[in-house]
Amino acid sequence: MSDSINLKLKIWRQRNHKEAGHFEMYDMPGVSTHMSFLEMMDVLNDRLIREGKDPVAFDHDCREGICGMCSMYINGRAHGPLKGTTTCQLHMRHFSDGETVTIEPWRAAAFPVIKDLVVDRTSFDKIIAAGGYISVNTGNATDANSLPVEKAKSDEAFDAAACIGCGACVATCKNASGMLFLSAKVSHLALLPQGEPERRERVLRMIDAHDESGLGACTNTGACEAECPKEISISHIARLNREYLRAGMTGE
Amino acid sequence: MIASLRMFYTSVGRKLVMALTGLFLCVFLLEHLYGNLQLYKMDGGKAFNEYGDFLVGNIIIRTVEFALFGGILLHALDGLYLTWRNRQARPVRYAVNRQAKNSTWFSRNMGLTGSIILVFLVVHLRTFFVTHRFLGADTSMAHDVAEAFQSNIYAALYVVAMMLLGAHLNHGFQSAFQTIGWNNKKYAQPLRTAGTLFALLVTIGFASFPIVFYFDLFGVASNILQSSY
Ligand code: SF4
Ligand code: FES
Repeated sequence: MSDSINLKLKIWRQRNHKEAGHFEMYDMPGVSTHMSFLEMMDVLNDRLIREGKDPVAFDHDCREGICGMCSMYINGRAHGPLKGTTTCQLHMRHFSDGETVTIEPWRAAAFPVIKDLVVDRTSFDKIIAAGGYISVNTGNATDANSLPVEKAKSDEAFDAAACIGCGACVATCKNASGMLFLSAKVSHLALLPQGEPERRERVLRMIDAHDESGLGACTNTGACEAECPKEISISHIARLNREYLRAGMTGE
Repeated sequence: MIASLRMFYTSVGRKLVMALTGLFLCVFLLEHLYGNLQLYKMDGGKAFNEYGDFLVGNIIIRTVEFALFGGILLHALDGLYLTWRNRQARPVRYAVNRQAKNSTWFSRNMGLTGSIILVFLVVHLRTFFVTHRFLGADTSMAHDVAEAFQSNIYAALYVVAMMLLGAHLNHGFQSAFQTIGWNNKKYAQPLRTAGTLFALLVTIGFASFPIVFYFDLFGVASNILQSSY
């Protein structure tokens, strides 16, 4: 297998939130198959800067699949063709020589484009602010084992806590619904004793924040679970629904 | 009360309305299928007509009928609202979108299959329900069924509609249980299987009538058409 491939990139360019965007084509000869997708973008931007052109804006931070900043809808899939992978962890060996790669930003009313491939994910912050917290008394830290948590529950809570808030679930959902993200947060805290005091209010407030941000309503297609880089299960959405029913049917 | 009604307005609440009305309609489908099976008794349509008369004469059933129409209306209106709202959630579409890689066509097009089924339902009600309940037909219901399915267009319409209904249920049945929170990693697969079996039962069950009557299989159609009921 050759160590380098030639690609054509079809990239969404948009100057800012207000102006309309368009696609632009870029030739990418000699892309090393050992590069990550973002490294290829760096090579492209390096070239654009040398040519005195505007580099392609894209989000990134940790580049090791844990921060959730990198996004990009690559060839019709959130974070590209691989399962359970962020764009920073996607390598060029998964593309073939001569291929045209289409790169688009997350598209959702709740995620307006800031520039090119960068979108504003403040909606997620608002959902977290609405209930993604617990109350902890100040003072000395309590003894680590003073609150027993069943192993099965702590594992399940941990699975939910693996969500990195990347927004691939919204990007991929035909309804642009944020239900998988929301359910991961609610599920994580609902399973633990620390989450108990705000349990009822949390789910109600977070759903309100979700709906107000213009994210769509879930219709259980399961696309989110298939594309989530952390493979968060939609069984968390079922738990969210249970939490909601419980909260909705009990009084204040 | 107001507080608890409010819970049906959020996106999760709207979905609950879809699930609860959907499950209620599933129960109705089973009852309807049971009623239809009377057509296969080879008694000239007697049992079927009597069953129909029993339903019309029973005060409880007549009350439930209101709930049924209410349920259909709610399910359809709420579905339309959700489809509309969810379109607003993505104003700019993707140029390339490989949705087939992560979800089934039927799960993504419940609004479309649902709308076609609704149109079918109007035709269906007009042919049988409205004629008998309000226009006072002088032929029996069994006779009308046998006659309607002599038309190849009508019979084909029914078969296609029942296949779409099956596709709708294949996603809808397990989806409803997910929505009311009865899903977890252990139940996911059994629920999907149950949904598929239910969808198959409904499709094969209901689609058998136009097929059996059109081709007069086992002489079912002629048995009814030649009887005096
Ligand atoms: S649920 Fe998965 S896809 Fe959605 S934000 Fe969290 S990690 Fe990303
Ligand atoms: S850059 Fe942090 S997850 Fe990709």
